[in-house]
Amino acid sequence: MTTKTPTIGSIRNESRRLLEQWWREMAAADHAGRPTAYVFVMGSLGELLRAFDLPVNCPEITSLQTAVRGASLQYLQAAEDSGYSPDICGYVKADVGLHLKDRQHPNGRIPKPALVIATNMCNTYVTWAEIWEQMYGCPVFVLDLPAWRGTRAGAGADGEALRNDRRYVEAQLRDLIALCEDLTGTAFDIDRLREAMAQVNRMAASYHAVLALNQHRPAPFSAIREGITFQGISNLYRGSPEGTRFFELAREEIQDRIRLGMGTLEEKYRLLLAGTTCYAALKRFAEMFEQWGGVFVHSTYMVFAGGGFAPGFAYDLARPIESLAETLLLSAWRGWSMPMFYAQDWLAETVREWSVDGICFHGVKSCRTTSTGLPDVREWLRTRCDIPGLFIQSDLVDPRLWSDAQLKNRIDAFIESLAGRRATAGR
Amino acid sequence: MLVAGVDVGSTQTKAVVMDDTRIVGRALLDTGARLHEAAAAAFREALLAAGAREADVACIVGTGYGRFRVQFGHAQVTEISCHARGAVYLFPRTRSVLDIGGQDTKAIRVSETGQVLDFCMNDKCSAGTGRFLGAASQALEIPLSELGPLALRSKNPVTMTTTCTVFAESEILGWLARGRRIEDVLMGVHVAIASRSLSLLRRVGVEPEVTFTGGVARNVAMVRLLEELTGSPVNVSEESHYCGAIGAALYALDRALVGAQAATVAAEAVDGGRGA
Repeated sequence: MTTKTPTIGSIRNESRRLLEQWWREMAAADHAGRPTAYVFVMGSLGELLRAFDLPVNCPEITSLQTAVRGASLQYLQAAEDSGYSPDICGYVKADVGLHLKDRQHPNGRIPKPALVIATNMCNTYVTWAEIWEQMYGCPVFVLDLPAWRGTRAGAGADGEALRNDRRYVEAQLRDLIALCEDLTGTAFDIDRLREAMAQVNRMAASYHAVLALNQHRPAPFSAIREGITFQGISNLYRGSPEGTRFFELAREEIQDRIRLGMGTLEEKYRLLLAGTTCYAALKRFAEMFEQWGGVFVHSTYMVFAGGGFAPGFAYDLARPIESLAETLLLSAWRGWSMPMFYAQDWLAETVREWSVDGICFHGVKSCRTTSTGLPDVREWLRTRCDIPGLFIQSDLVDPRLWSDAQLKNRIDAFIESLAGRRATAGR
Repeated sequence: MLVAGVDVGSTQTKAVVMDDTRIVGRALLDTGARLHEAAAAAFREALLAAGAREADVACIVGTGYGRFRVQFGHAQVTEISCHARGAVYLFPRTRSVLDIGGQDTKAIRVSETGQVLDFCMNDKCSAGTGRFLGAASQALEIPLSELGPLALRSKNPVTMTTTCTVFAESEILGWLARGRRIEDVLMGVHVAIASRSLSLLRRVGVEPEVTFTGGVARNVAMVRLLEELTGSPVNVSEESHYCGAIGAALYALDRALVGAQAATVAAEAVDGGRGA
């Protein structure tokens, strides 16, 4: 009889290897002057670009990595020195600073953009893309996704509105394919796209299985500590065999953790993060909750910036371009609905399914897109569902907007109120 | 049984000694830079007022920003929980608490037992907090204690366009330069703070009775404005300034009564369930 070797440590080791490999590929592309596409995490179309062997840079990820490395301030200041206002998105400014510093990132050098793909899923994407257009003269392809909100997508994939919108997006995708053919000199091969989409299908299935495993008590992973790794790999390796393998391995390791009784640190309160964490204080942010046994078991960001797939999602490989268009529309709907005014249903459902004790709403000072509706959603969940919520604010990457004492005070008080609720319920 | 609460705030440190639920000693000092010394001095002074010795005190809880510097304390509880508890002690029908302190404004919805149901605090800056009144006091060279009565004489208050504490002084001087009366400028300052505070209160739901705590509760103009804006009476006690310290002392009493192994809900949370 053979005993399966536990996979503990695989996530850490393999994610490190993949991220280092990605940075080496960026440096190699830069060195060789190889055309590179800049894309955003929402609507990246990584699977389509793989069909053209175009290396992909995700500037949101390189920006947040400047903060994780404790270096974001120098990039932010470089952008501000050239006239960017402190109010502008921290990701944009860290990225502008990076380009002003000759694209030299703490992790390596990134190549120039040869093509930028921007959807309208974030208010800032198109303007951000235009900055690179001004800097490098590269083409910017704006993928215009009809804006849906709330429950409209509930009409289903066969609805008339979705059919019309799908045709509109499909036509844009065909334009993009022509642009990629011009740029790379490679004829489009639909089977290569199909192959990359098949990888996405497998990766999405494992990704959702990983998220669902955190319904276990105690949670086998932290949705903000390891969540950031999952987001990084799911975006940078979207549509690749390595990405698929990583999430299959992650699923195995997390199953092993559960089997071996290994979880996160001491779990007293199961928490859900609405919004992003503060990458400039990533460890500290987690510690402030973990100190009292507060563990993040899920986050909205892992959904809208982790590929935008709904559970059970799968591309229809018999009609790849149509399916790609449809998925873009549905993930855009999810992306627009989740951070703004329509997150309440998803949050309430997640609270039930992940046995969440309270929600932390983290407003980002320099991001109105993800922050504007948070107080409304908090209020809705508090008054109608009696779900406790904490509202705090800092930033994505700007350490100047992190106020340790004030945040700690609010977090401590929130944990005290959760303890009070539990004690009252137990009486 | 003697217990104590020590509230080390950003500007002032308050200490209260209680014999069970009766206040028997209190002290109020400026915090300054040495938080531990301020906490120890306030505690000593409160003990003196109570005619007690430190050895007689069964349990001490620290609160406020400097709560972790109350090194002689047995546990720490945030001032949000303590103000909620203290407000219900002072006015048992309290369901909403507004605390305007030196750098923080807190709106708290509270249960009949003093448990925090929800809370909101001001943004990362000190806009609309007690510090804003401090800036007005400095700019106008009027003692803090006289600001409220003077503002109540206003007949035509100005509209302050900023609640930024840093810009407050220049705006105040700007209004004076335009010939506006001091009381009208001062009332404008009070309206700006009251409006901002009420906005916080609305976020947690204004449910009567509303109890106003913290140092600014001693300001008569602010109390009057809050009553006008909420449309209902606002509870203010002579002890409002000590509300956080009173709440801390009540948590200390819980701990002393049941022992650290089965600590109070808030103290349990801050101990992480591991005891003090």
